[in-house]
Amino acid sequence: MIRVILPYHLQSLARTGREVSVNVDGPVTPRSILDALEAAYPMLRGTIRDHVSQQRRPMLRFFASGEDLSLEPIDTPLPEAVASGNEPFRIVGAIAGG
Amino acid sequence: MSGVRVLVGTHKGAFVLTSDGKRKNWEVTGPQFGGLEIYHLKGSPVDPNRIFASQVGDWFGQVVHRSNDGGKTWEAVGNKFLYDGTPGTHQWYDGTAHPWEFKRVWHFEPSLTDPDTVYAGVEDAALFRTTDGGQTWNEMAGLRTHPSGPGWAPGAGGMAVHTILLDSSNAQRMYIAISAAGVFRTDDGGQTWKPANRGLSSNFMPDPTAEVGHCVHRIAMHPSRPSTLFMQKHWDVMRSDDKGESWQEVSGDLPSDFGFVVDVHAHEPETVYVVPILSDSLHYPPDGKLRVYRSRSGGNEWEALTKGLPQKDCYVNVLRDAMSVDTLDPCGVYFGTTGGQVYASADAGDTWAPIVHDLPAVLSVEAQILP
Repeated sequence: MIRVILPYHLQSLARTGREVSVNVDGPVTPRSILDALEAAYPMLRGTIRDHVSQQRRPMLRFFASGEDLSLEPIDTPLPEAVASGNEPFRIVGAIAGG
Repeated sequence: MSGVRVLVGTHKGAFVLTSDGKRKNWEVTGPQFGGLEIYHLKGSPVDPNRIFASQVGDWFGQVVHRSNDGGKTWEAVGNKFLYDGTPGTHQWYDGTAHPWEFKRVWHFEPSLTDPDTVYAGVEDAALFRTTDGGQTWNEMAGLRTHPSGPGWAPGAGGMAVHTILLDSSNAQRMYIAISAAGVFRTDDGGQTWKPANRGLSSNFMPDPTAEVGHCVHRIAMHPSRPSTLFMQKHWDVMRSDDKGESWQEVSGDLPSDFGFVVDVHAHEPETVYVVPILSDSLHYPPDGKLRVYRSRSGGNEWEALTKGLPQKDCYVNVLRDAMSVDTLDPCGVYFGTTGGQVYASADAGDTWAPIVHDLPAVLSVEAQILP
């Protein structure tokens, strides 16, 4: 199981806690995690990546194992610690706004 | 006795205000979707407990929420708003071509007859419709693909369909308004649209009386007289008595004819309400006095309604979707401010009192009558 940590408002939308677990078939990448996440929580579709372009929303970033992976290609394999479930994949909202 | 429910969208969540028919004592519930910008909520006239809410924001984009129990509980429904075909470009602030991109739903207008059908006015300007209760949305592309579309330009708040008026006497006719393109009317259920702006004059335009390009802030219609429309334009309060074919200015003796809201009394088609704002550079009321102006003659002669409203040191704004009327007798009138107050009048505007005065900035107000 892949562990995913969601920002506060997406927890509310998906009616989950801070962390959810999803099954990923095949390589564990940001894309495959988001595919699995959206399949398990359809209400998150369009909130993390754009419906059409599939681009990450600019005020969200992806972190794993202490690294900012936001600008890496979406199909980049994630560290083994994430693929094994030892560490979470983090979706983080920008600290901005008022 | 009938009750009233007022749906309030704010910069940081939604609130539901309820009262009995006396409209003196109010229960305030919320925030729903706390911390999130709720542009607009509106209930179905067929089933008032079915309400749609538009959550927007830079972090998570568009989310549409639906309630089937009057706003007590909510579920997320479809949020996929895809333009039909290749959307092309419209005009940007600097006159350059800019790709058409969906940004947010500004306004929901539920069908007058079917609780599963709702129209959505969106930014960048287009009209969408669901016929399955919000699960899927399809563009009514005849509006956006009007030949004038590539020349439409955004107002300061963006380029959006912000007003949708349904003609209860003719299911094929509706009106929409876009900042800054103007009013468009369809007589064939949305297949084709024609501009309805003759008589408008906007000095910021190269051709002030051009057919398209006006920054219309809001239009309103009394259900019993669907050929008559009232408009708060960027500057100027206008009326049309021929379904938008022509417009005449009725600003008359208003202290300022700039503003955002306009609404019509529920039982008196010639009684109209506006909230004058000093100017497009200042965005607060003249003289620090929050005054609703009422005309009982369809415009031109206006009276200031001040009882219960702050008459000094008041510098709030009232945004275009933030006024509503109920259909009780006497007619109730409601409006919300960027200072977080929601004011109510249970006597058609003669006297006012705040229902609540410390909400986040109010973006929209919609009144519903409960059985």
